[in-house]
Amino acid sequence: MTAWAKPAATEPAAGNQHLAVATSGLGKQYTRGLRARSKWALRDCTLEVPEGRICGLVGANGAGKTTLLRLLVGLARPSAGDVQVLGQRPSDSGQFLREVGYLAQDIPTFRRWSVTDHLRMGAALNPSWDAVATRERIQSLDIPLDQRVGTLSGGQRAQVALALALGKRPRLLLLDEPVAALDPLARRDFLSTLGAAVAEAEGHLTVILSSHLVADLERICDHLIVLANSRTMLAADLDDVIASHRVLTSTRRDVGPIDRQHTVLRVEQTQRQTRMWVRLEGPLTDPTWDSDELSLEEIVLSYLEYHPPADADRGPGITNVAHLGGVS
Amino acid sequence: MLVFRLTTHSSVPAYVQIVQQVRQALLAGVLRPGDRLPTVKDVVSELAINPNTVLKAYRELEQEGLVEGRQGVGTFALRRPDGPPPAAQAALTRSLERWIGKAREAGFDDAGMESLLRTCLMSSADEAIA
Repeated sequence: MTAWAKPAATEPAAGNQHLAVATSGLGKQYTRGLRARSKWALRDCTLEVPEGRICGLVGANGAGKTTLLRLLVGLARPSAGDVQVLGQRPSDSGQFLREVGYLAQDIPTFRRWSVTDHLRMGAALNPSWDAVATRERIQSLDIPLDQRVGTLSGGQRAQVALALALGKRPRLLLLDEPVAALDPLARRDFLSTLGAAVAEAEGHLTVILSSHLVADLERICDHLIVLANSRTMLAADLDDVIASHRVLTSTRRDVGPIDRQHTVLRVEQTQRQTRMWVRLEGPLTDPTWDSDELSLEEIVLSYLEYHPPADADRGPGITNVAHLGGVS
Repeated sequence: MLVFRLTTHSSVPAYVQIVQQVRQALLAGVLRPGDRLPTVKDVVSELAINPNTVLKAYRELEQEGLVEGRQGVGTFALRRPDGPPPAAQAALTRSLERWIGKAREAGFDDAGMESLLRTCLMSSADEAIA
């Protein structure tokens, strides 16, 4: 079996849609210690997320997901390239931070504070605070307002943190693996709350949500970013992602003709059979291949399992990523 | 109130599943002209799915003339879809039952029959295109 692939190009959003996020050649390099070699945590990241989308962000650990989110919210400064969030460059200005919500991976809350204390803090810190909706959101989940947050269940704590993030009425909400530690029921409740908030905002709230749980993302997201080896492999509408990926099977034959027209993500050759995971770059003109749809899980895995070929100059579009290390 | 359910491990996109369920509910009379469909927020809260999936489904139903969106009020059922007449369905069911009997005798199991049906459906779809 051989496996190789070209890194993917990203598909620009159609027409003159408003973009919540637009990056171009964005990169972040970290140096660890004085003599340590610097490493790219994120590299050549060019992507667009139209306004109103719920965008899933997937990638192996260390692929650059947290780095990307931190760059978007202004907690990290780019080492290369450009990033625009809601038409502005991320900064610590009050005007920018009012419009962007960020929920870090460990779901920071004050354990000894009650839920009400947190709501009071949210109201004091955010001029656009939506006190009524936030209180209703928490009460509809039967979370007691006077309870200390440290004694709530993981799911309830995540819901309180989400309600706080939504309470400031952001136009962009960045969530770093918010459901990773939750049981299936708590996960569904969290995603329901998130989806309902996006529905209520009627196109004025964009969410970027990193997660390893592809099945969750498939339901809740309509846009997808896949990062691997610190690079963007895919950034497109979910419907287009599903429609443009196929597994092609036939009796053993040369993969060249397909490779020249489309992007081959992975090839499996046995003595008798050839099977390819392909991103179609146009209509599949050769009817002799048996063409099947791929599940989102299979598509994501085929990008994450990508290993660059030994000879990195195999053809156009192939970039050598062998020297890159992941930093999270 | 109509309640949707979704299968994620299906090659049928989520919005198509909603379209089909509304159409089915109209055919079966579960949903009658004038009835209000669940709001986008209701469906999203119930299923934890993307709001645009529901909007897309409702838009498609609207284009088919089966439902009507009224600004600020909701989405309402308009009419029954033009399904096959009940008599045709009964006749087809009888002939299909005979076919299944023959297939069983010939040694086909359920999976074998399904794959045979799928193959025939695909080749007849190809002919329709060609």
